[in-house]
Amino acid sequence: MDAVLEAGGLTRRFGGLVAVENYTLRLAAGDLVGLIGPNGAGKTTAFSLLTGVLKPTAGSITVKGRDLTGRKPHVLAEAGLARTFQNIRLFADLSVLENVMAGGHLRYGASLLATLGLTQAFWTSESRITEAARAIIARLGLGEFTDRRAGDLSYGDQRRVEIARALATEPVALLLDEPAAGLNPAETKTLTTLVRKINDELGIAVLVVEHDMRLIMDLCRRVQVLNRGRLVAEGTPEKVQADPAVIEAYLGTRRQRAGHA
Amino acid sequence: MSKNALEALIAPLAVVLAAAALLWLVLLGASDYLVTLIAIVLLNAALAVSLTLTNGFTGLFSLGHPAFMTIGAYVAAILTFSARRKPSMLPDLPAFIAGLELPLLPAVAAAGIVGALVAIVVGFPVLRLRGHYLAVATLGLIVIVQNLALNWDGITRGGAGLAGIPRLASVWWAFGLLVLVVAVAWRIKFSSLGRAMLATRENELAAECTGIDTVKMRLTAFVIGACFAAMAGALFAHLISVVTPKSYSVLLAFNLVVMVVIGGAGSIMGAVVAAAAITGLSEMLRPAEESLGLYGFSQVVVALSLILVLFFRPQGLFGNREPDFVRRLFSGRLFK
Repeated sequence: MDAVLEAGGLTRRFGGLVAVENYTLRLAAGDLVGLIGPNGAGKTTAFSLLTGVLKPTAGSITVKGRDLTGRKPHVLAEAGLARTFQNIRLFADLSVLENVMAGGHLRYGASLLATLGLTQAFWTSESRITEAARAIIARLGLGEFTDRRAGDLSYGDQRRVEIARALATEPVALLLDEPAAGLNPAETKTLTTLVRKINDELGIAVLVVEHDMRLIMDLCRRVQVLNRGRLVAEGTPEKVQADPAVIEAYLGTRRQRAGHA
Repeated sequence: MSKNALEALIAPLAVVLAAAALLWLVLLGASDYLVTLIAIVLLNAALAVSLTLTNGFTGLFSLGHPAFMTIGAYVAAILTFSARRKPSMLPDLPAFIAGLELPLLPAVAAAGIVGALVAIVVGFPVLRLRGHYLAVATLGLIVIVQNLALNWDGITRGGAGLAGIPRLASVWWAFGLLVLVVAVAWRIKFSSLGRAMLATRENELAAECTGIDTVKMRLTAFVIGACFAAMAGALFAHLISVVTPKSYSVLLAFNLVVMVVIGGAGSIMGAVVAAAAITGLSEMLRPAEESLGLYGFSQVVVALSLILVLFFRPQGLFGNREPDFVRRLFSGRLFK
C-alpha cells in the first residue's frame, strides 16, 4: 500500500546531545502503529519532528509523496497530518463546536475578501464547516457538550474534543501523543475503542506514542521501540515483546536474565 | 454579494439607522464642545475596536496604534491641504502631490492604504516577536514615526506640525468610521477566519498543528488594525485641524490598551463601551484637574480603573464574547 507518511533517517541534535538518531517510519494508509520507549528515549522529539514542530538536523519527511522536510506544522497539516498533544492543548475559551470548527478552517475557510464581502462562497463555507463539525461531534459522542466552553470539560472529554478537532482537518494520518496520559481505566477503554473506530471506519492511518504498554499491545498492529534516540525494534506486538533489545531497554542489562517484561 | 448577505444586512442596517437617529437627536441640542467630545468618543471607540481586532483576536500585544495614526494623519492632511499654500509650506513634496487638494474621503482612504502598507512592511519582521518583545518593538515604531515626522521638515513642517488643516471631518465622519470598524470586526469575529484568529490567540502551537497559518492570521489582524488606526488618525487631524509629531503618543497607546483590557480582549462591544466610559471619564475630570491644579489626575484614574479591573474581573467586562442582546440585535432575532 502507498505510504501516507514517510520519515527517513530523522535526526535531531540539541547541542551535543543526540535526542533522536536515524528514526525511520513508513505509515501506510490504514496502518495502526505504536511508538514506545522508556522515559527520555526520544519519543516526544520524534513526534515533534514528524509534525513539523521541531526541524530535523538531518533526514526527510514525506507526506503522500510530497517532500515537506523542514516545513511549518500548518503546511504538514494541510498535507494531511493531524495530531493531538500529550498535555491537552484546546482553544480553552472557545466552545467545543468552535474548537472543532477551527479545524475546518483549513479545508473550507473563506478568504478575507469573501468574508467581508459576504459572498455566496462565505455562506457555503460557513455551513460546510458547521455541518462537518457537528457530524464529527456526534460521531465522537460529544453532542451534549457542543456549546460548552472547552476548558470546562473533564480531562477525558477534552481529549476527545482534541481528536474531534484533529479529524475536522480531514487528515490522512492521525498522530496521538500519549493519548491515555491522565485518563482513568474507563476513559482509556473508550479512547481505545474510538481510535480503533477512526482507523477502521475512516481509514485514517494512526501513530500512537504511548507509555501505557498494555494499550499499545492491545491496539496496534505494528510497534516501534525507541531507546536512547534509536529504533531498537520494530514488528508485531508479540515479536517486539519477546525482543531482547526491548527487554533491555525497559529493564536494563543487569536484569536481562530475569526473563519477560 | 448574495441573497443571504442582503438578509444578514437588514438587521444591522436597522441598528445603524436607529443609532444614527439617536445621535442626530442628541446633536440637536448639543453645544460645540459636546459635539466635539462625542466625535472624539466615537473615534476612540473605533480605535479601541480596531485594537481589539489586532490584540484581542490574535493575542498580539501591539502598542503601535499611535504610529499608524500619525502616519494616517500626515498622509491625509497633506492630501487635503490647500494647494495654494502647499508649495511654500511643504517644499519637498513631489509636484503631483503639491498640486492636489483632495476631498476627505479619498484622503482617508489613502491614509488607510498607507497605514496598511507600512503595517505589512513592519509586520513581517516584528510579528515574529512575542508578548513583551512585540510591545517593545511597536513602542519603537512610535518613536521612529515621531522622529520621522519631526525631522522630515520639507514634508511635515517638523516640530511645528501641520496647522490649518481644513476642518472637513465631523461627528458624522467619526460615526461612519465606527460603523465601518465594528462591521468589519464583527464579520471577521463570527466567521471561520475569526475562529482561526481566536484559535491562534488561545493556543498558537495547537492552531498551527490544526492547519492554521498563525503568522498569516497575526499579520492580517495587524494590518487591518493599522489600516483603521491610520483612518482614525486622519479623521482626528481633520477634526481638530492640527497634527504634530507628538499628537499621538505612547500615552494614547496605553489608554487604548486599557480600553481593550477593560472591555474584555476580543470583545467588540466591550471595546466600544470601555472607550466611551474612559474618554467620558477623563473629560469629566478635566474641570477638577484645572481648578485643583491636579494635572494628570485623569490618567491616574484611568490607570487605577485598569488595576481594579485586573484585580476583580481580569477577563474584562465581557471576556472575549459579545453580549447576547447585541448578538441577537445584529442577527435580527431580538424576539425569538
